[in-house]
Amino acid sequence: MDESTRQRITDILNGNKVVLFMKGTRHFPQCGFSGAVVQVLNANKATYETVNVLADPTIREGIKEFASWPTIPQLYIGGEFVGGADIVRELHSKGELAALIEKASAAVSS
Amino acid sequence: MAATISQEHDAAGEPMLRREMSETMTVIRERLTAGLSPTRLDIEDEGHLHAGHAGARDHGGGHYRVTVVSAAFEGVGAVARHRRVYALLAEEMKTRVHALALTTLTPAEDPTGH
Repeated sequence: MDESTRQRITDILNGNKVVLFMKGTRHFPQCGFSGAVVQVLNANKATYETVNVLADPTIREGIKEFASWPTIPQLYIGGEFVGGADIVRELHSKGELAALIEKASAAVSS
Repeated sequence: MAATISQEHDAAGEPMLRREMSETMTVIRERLTAGLSPTRLDIEDEGHLHAGHAGARDHGGGHYRVTVVSAAFEGVGAVARHRRVYALLAEEMKTRVHALALTTLTPAEDPTGH
């Protein structure tokens, strides 16, 4: 990944508390795994940004290297990689996802 | 008629497509068994759930659901557990595995108690 791609990803994460890199958009997910994470975020009434990797091949490959994670979707909260669809669903079912979102949203931007 | 059948089926009489899928499942089983010594390893082919969607077509690989129960996951967080599985299957993830639904448990966390 080149430096400008890394910088773009960092800027997106710095500018948004909750970011989902996904296939498609929140209204039209183009993969069941991406759609599942959108549903979980909506169920938590989260405010979140999405990045459609299908519209941006550079980010699509770059984000895999960024997180050392080979698949999409990828959820980031407070700039930290949280996981893919399975982990997000697991955190949600344990009731831990809401706390993560709340904590990140409450944190004062530095 | 006989010639048509022999083109569509392998020597064991299985349809060719099914044989390719089961080969992938065998490779997944071998890699995870070697890398994690699982006490339970379930691999399901979920290709039918995703047939024809855009991602499946451009990647050409299958969709699998894998449950791994291993003592190697004790004291390891969820992200690190999944990364270990992805690392063991790195080659397959680039080619014939398009999507992997993963459940990673320690023996104590396994609800089936195996």
